[in-house]
Amino acid sequence: MISPPTSDFGNAAREGMHDDSQARTQARLALDGLKSRRAVQFSDPHEWAALRALGGLIREHTLRHLPELLETLETNLTANGIQVHWAETVEQGNAIVARLVGEEQVKQMVKAQSAVCTEMGLHHAIESLGVTVTESDVVGGLLQQGREWPSHMVIPALHKTGDQVAPLSGATVTDVEGLCRMARRTLRDKFAAADAGLSGVNFAVAETGTLVLVENEGNARMCASVPRMHIAVMGLEKVTARLEDVPPLLSLLTRSASGQAITAYVSMLSGPRRSDEKDGPDAVHLIILDNGRTRLYADPQWRKTLQCIRCGACQNHCPIYDKVGGHAYPGAYSGLIGTILAPQQLGNDDAGTLAQASRLCHPCTEVCPVLIPLDKLLIRRRIAQVQAAGDDLWLWRLWALIHRFPLLYRLHLVVLRSLGRVLPQMKPPSVNWPAALHPRRMTAQNLHQLARAQRISDA
Amino acid sequence: MDQSQTAARSAARPNTVYFYGTCLIDQFQPAAGLAGLKLLQAEGLDVIYPQGQSCCGQPPLVAGYADEARQVAWAQVRLFSRDLPIVVPSGSCATTMKRHYPDLFRGTEQQAEVEDFSARVYELNQFLVDVLGVRLVDHGAPIQVTWLGSCQAIRSLDLDRCAHVLLRQLDNVTLIELTRDFECCGFGGGLGQHRPEIAATLGAQRIAAVSATRAELAIFDDCGCMLTLENGLAEAVPPTRPRHIAEFLWDRSHD
Repeated sequence: MISPPTSDFGNAAREGMHDDSQARTQARLALDGLKSRRAVQFSDPHEWAALRALGGLIREHTLRHLPELLETLETNLTANGIQVHWAETVEQGNAIVARLVGEEQVKQMVKAQSAVCTEMGLHHAIESLGVTVTESDVVGGLLQQGREWPSHMVIPALHKTGDQVAPLSGATVTDVEGLCRMARRTLRDKFAAADAGLSGVNFAVAETGTLVLVENEGNARMCASVPRMHIAVMGLEKVTARLEDVPPLLSLLTRSASGQAITAYVSMLSGPRRSDEKDGPDAVHLIILDNGRTRLYADPQWRKTLQCIRCGACQNHCPIYDKVGGHAYPGAYSGLIGTILAPQQLGNDDAGTLAQASRLCHPCTEVCPVLIPLDKLLIRRRIAQVQAAGDDLWLWRLWALIHRFPLLYRLHLVVLRSLGRVLPQMKPPSVNWPAALHPRRMTAQNLHQLARAQRISDA
Repeated sequence: MDQSQTAARSAARPNTVYFYGTCLIDQFQPAAGLAGLKLLQAEGLDVIYPQGQSCCGQPPLVAGYADEARQVAWAQVRLFSRDLPIVVPSGSCATTMKRHYPDLFRGTEQQAEVEDFSARVYELNQFLVDVLGVRLVDHGAPIQVTWLGSCQAIRSLDLDRCAHVLLRQLDNVTLIELTRDFECCGFGGGLGQHRPEIAATLGAQRIAAVSATRAELAIFDDCGCMLTLENGLAEAVPPTRPRHIAEFLWDRSHD
């Protein structure tokens, strides 16, 4: 069983940060590359602002009409011959897949990379049924062999170097072309032999009953079209109303995620093979997963988290993520969006320390292609954390008392400054306090006094 | 003259403004606060400095203590009741008051008054450039500087653009750009308190980047960032002296 990362952000972060290995350095270089490529794609600030506003509107619209859109989606998918299943919990989702696997006597399965599948632990669930599951993503497969958890939602093996990846493949190739050739050789057989293919979904169009898959390798398309059964899993927020929503969302997704105008493959799947078609699966199933999303939906501000299109730009630009790496974050989603999603999906306790994994610096909020106010949501998350378990309440109550009343504030400045002078060797209140923020460094006259001396008006 | 300056000159120009000093400037860098105030007076404005002001409430807010943040925030809002712009010499404080106050008071009786307050908040550099359209003349000797905008405000409050406009007006000042501008000093947002090693790593990287520019001065908009990096900047090889942009602009243009 591949273990998910620890829920103790503190320790995991420390490990990630002190990892000076080539792998970490390479991951950081890779992140730098992703950031620059994205910047090149969005070099026109007016186009960025307009497209982003449109993306935000489309996603907001989806959420405003989510129940009706999901109903319409189900109706049109069903009309297209796609069978729709609803799973409130991860357990229910896995049970549905288990049933399908049993009914169709699936012995071998090929799987494309999917964050929702990671969220569900689906790979392990299927394997425990005695089914052989092959990750058809080249690096996903190598992670599987190495029993490793993905560290980035778009590039799961960001934490690996070429040298580390090659031994996992059992080959001596380290160059990209060599790996691709090897993958093609081994994977083609797997695709041909598989009874079922498993994939995620990037967007589901309610109007036409279409599933959209976005990828560079082509393996998701193979999973969805070669084996006789295709099982797709998606979070319920992935629905969008109209086909014309897809181009702007796609443009925002690929340019934000990997700095590509478009990925090598964009598949739009509208049902199983029809009688006059040469290829396609005999049966297509879609599992729509909740797993805490309706809890987020119920709150008008948390709801905005569901606008996420999983581009990963927020984590690419996060200085914390850059330092500690994706394995410090619990659950399937790392970086900022993970910080907000994880407590909802895993419960407050498990992901409690995560709320501190930010310095509210803003790049994430600025690069989000669908205008999710990540900084505001993070503050909200911290407020919720404190309401659950606020350790420093009395400290902050005292602080607030001092700062609410002008006389108390000025008195406390006098006290602090006197202490600073009388005890010059006094340590700062906490070892974590920057050394420059010491009462000893408070000036002889503060700004209030200088303003009064200059006869600046008070009101 | 660029577009924003033309727009600024033609837009309504206030005669009187409020000045919100911020607690860190009050206690550690009051000269910077006074410089900001004098920059506004030099443009012919009357400046009001309500003596009852203390702190915007950013520390409890980022720690998640909403009630305590609200109490202190409301105490500030009440002091700035006239319909005048409120100029703030700090990117993080301006962001707190402009962007986060409305959420903090959503659904409360004070919501409307707080939203009106937030709409009138300007970061100092933004006010100088976009509202006043200042044109500074450099009286100082040639100098090389680098600029560290506080991470929250550099884009969301147009701080980066406005600071660049002002620094470039000074003919004898050579501005050396820092790379990796998304990085930050690491202290704010509660990180220095809860995750000191991460904050320390961020700060160290920032200091190394500044030192590598070999600039004489590192110009800051935010006193919190300055205080965080001050010791490290002094110990770096070569060292760099930190300076608040208000003080720098005033000294260069009013010698």
